[in-house]
Amino acid sequence: MDAGKASEHEPMKNHATVERKSERELVVTRTFDAPARIVFEAWTKPDLFKRWWEVKSMGMSLRSCEMDVRVGGGYRLVFNNGMAFFGKYIEVTPPSRLVWTNDEGGGGGPVTTVTFEEKGGKTLLVMHELYPSKEALDAAGTGALEGMSELFGQLDELLVSL
Amino acid sequence: MVQYTNANLDASFAALSDVTRRGVLEQLGRAEASITDLAGKFNMTLTGMKKHVGVLEQAGLVITQKVGRVRTCKLGPDRLEEATAWLGKYRQLWADRFDELDRVIEDLKQREKFNGRRKSE
Repeated sequence: MDAGKASEHEPMKNHATVERKSERELVVTRTFDAPARIVFEAWTKPDLFKRWWEVKSMGMSLRSCEMDVRVGGGYRLVFNNGMAFFGKYIEVTPPSRLVWTNDEGGGGGPVTTVTFEEKGGKTLLVMHELYPSKEALDAAGTGALEGMSELFGQLDELLVSL
Repeated sequence: MVQYTNANLDASFAALSDVTRRGVLEQLGRAEASITDLAGKFNMTLTGMKKHVGVLEQAGLVITQKVGRVRTCKLGPDRLEEATAWLGKYRQLWADRFDELDRVIEDLKQREKFNGRRKSE
């Protein structure tokens, strides 16, 4: 990619912070060196969104990315491994606020609120995920079963080879 | 991913090498349970289940507490490490995404500059 180009323009690296703010809330913050309307555009146009949402460094690419960004409109993201994420936009206020549901997990999914706050040509982005219960966040968070079955899978392989 | 301390490693491996004990851990990942509950779920005698839980407890994977006549089992403090590890993974995911988003934004800024120039010409 054009990493070289990006770093030329951005001598200062911005850092993402993640905080479990309460039993039911996760908050991610990050500053971007651009006005809010540009950051907002990158969150709401499927072809742009797709470019950064898929995480190539982790081998995650999107097979499809459909986004109907308006109140009541749906979105559906499908990763190359078949994992699908979908939900509805509840609030769309360009260029300052986006709220959507995460429905792939049945009723246990969080509501995601993203705010874009512009200051001096930069944008402070705050992504807030509110889970319906502590248990839902714990389940998503610790990935208790998923993490364990991953571990067990590795152990099984190891034990077979012993 | 769960990180085990070296001292615990052998015990953990031994504990996890049994399919019933792995089942018990998955079960306790969903909810606490008494030894009687677990014995029933895994179709096993109380004595047999007590042994399995004892192995898990020694490995620090499970802690038990006796209240009255009932011994309740839940996942041990290793789960905390798991939670911390997960938060680290989550942070990495977003750090990676946002670095990529920086590039998209940079492209948009370039495009805007270019369009601005064109308009003013």
